[in-house]
Amino acid sequence: MSRNLISIQDFSKEEILEVLKMAAGFEKNPSQPIFRDKVVASIFFEPSTRTRLSFETAANRLGARVIGFSDAGNTSVTKGETIKDTIKMVSNYADLIVMRHPLEGSARYASEISPVPVINAGDGSNQHPSQTLLDLYSIQKTQGRLDNLFINMVGDLKYGRTVHSLLQAMSHFNPTFLFTAPEELKLPNEYKEYLRKRNIRFEETRNLSDGICQSDILYMTRVQRERFTDAIEYERVKNVYSLNNSMLDGAKPNMKILHPLPRVNEIALDVDNSDHAYYFDQAKNGVYTRMAIITKLFS
Amino acid sequence: MQMEKHLKVSAIKNGTVLDHIPAEQLFKVIDILGLSCISNQITFGTNLDSKLLGKKAIIKISDRYFESDEINRIALIAPQAKINIIQNFKVVEKRVLSIPSSIKGIAKCMNPVCVTNHQPIETLFTTITDENELKLLCHYCEKITDKENLKIISNN
Repeated sequence: MSRNLISIQDFSKEEILEVLKMAAGFEKNPSQPIFRDKVVASIFFEPSTRTRLSFETAANRLGARVIGFSDAGNTSVTKGETIKDTIKMVSNYADLIVMRHPLEGSARYASEISPVPVINAGDGSNQHPSQTLLDLYSIQKTQGRLDNLFINMVGDLKYGRTVHSLLQAMSHFNPTFLFTAPEELKLPNEYKEYLRKRNIRFEETRNLSDGICQSDILYMTRVQRERFTDAIEYERVKNVYSLNNSMLDGAKPNMKILHPLPRVNEIALDVDNSDHAYYFDQAKNGVYTRMAIITKLFS
Repeated sequence: MQMEKHLKVSAIKNGTVLDHIPAEQLFKVIDILGLSCISNQITFGTNLDSKLLGKKAIIKISDRYFESDEINRIALIAPQAKINIIQNFKVVEKRVLSIPSSIKGIAKCMNPVCVTNHQPIETLFTTITDENELKLLCHYCEKITDKENLKIISNN
């Protein structure tokens, strides 16, 4: 059994399903102060809104007390303290560490130093496994299953860490993927190879309207300006990958739109009132999923 | 007319000979094995003609023998190298390299934002052979470093 949650690949299919089942239990009864004697350290070296607040809410709802920082500028890191020393010290105070850090691999490193469990709340553009688990929970909750779904991933498929982790996690459940992205932000070959090896069907398109009618899940991501070398190309692409309500006319009734948030231009405000919009509920599911993750690592 | 045959790098009585090293990798091999820090007598030649490699290098180290784990580390940059164990001027054992399943602390991760490039951490990779090319998967940032971007961390 995994002692830490660093990468989604650390969890087997059974462990993923166990977390989702526990999350459903917490959704029914969100106040279960079963860890009154525990202290959770929430150490964020990088900005975060949803992840930090939902982890801290999850810990509080479980009765644990929360210590930590949301800005490394107020800590000894500014004096040149290494990750090793910070983790050694924090693990003296807390029973579990939730960490976000801009350096990729920092969470894996922290888990090797720390005597207490570590949860990766994002390490650069590498992994963000608790986001993946809450995405899976949202998919299962809205579709009633995880198996045999048509998943359309849209936007920045090159750099988006949530896309890569979700793709790996969904591979347990025989999905069909459609990858909708501009040329500059296409899914990297290593992930296509990953899918081919597992006989998972996928297609690619540059046209957002291509796959909306077939989709069970439309997984939108933010197209980031800083990823483009050509500013004109960004201006052209950002509007092409903007979803508005009129584009949803032919969508299946069960189709739900997910987005890891924050969104900018990629989902128009008129989509918010559609029955297909699920991104704010998805963020709420983050609390139940993170309660389940904390509980699993404490057990 | 009889061709004169002589050794470009003189023979050693006892020790290890590393042959068929690509010429451009000679100093990296010296680095990986930490040869610049030992007191044994070492002779080497480089840019020697080789049918196999075009230009090759050879290293002869007196009175020094290597464990497999130690010598296999050079498979990363010199996979075709041949190892001859010499005793009393004779080759008593020939070894070929095998690629280790993991590589610790020799190569640098090519990802500029990998934690190993910013904190005092020894690198660790899993080796992957993909389409006959050796690649390194970083244990920390999960990114792949290919041969083109491989940089050896100096032992000095």
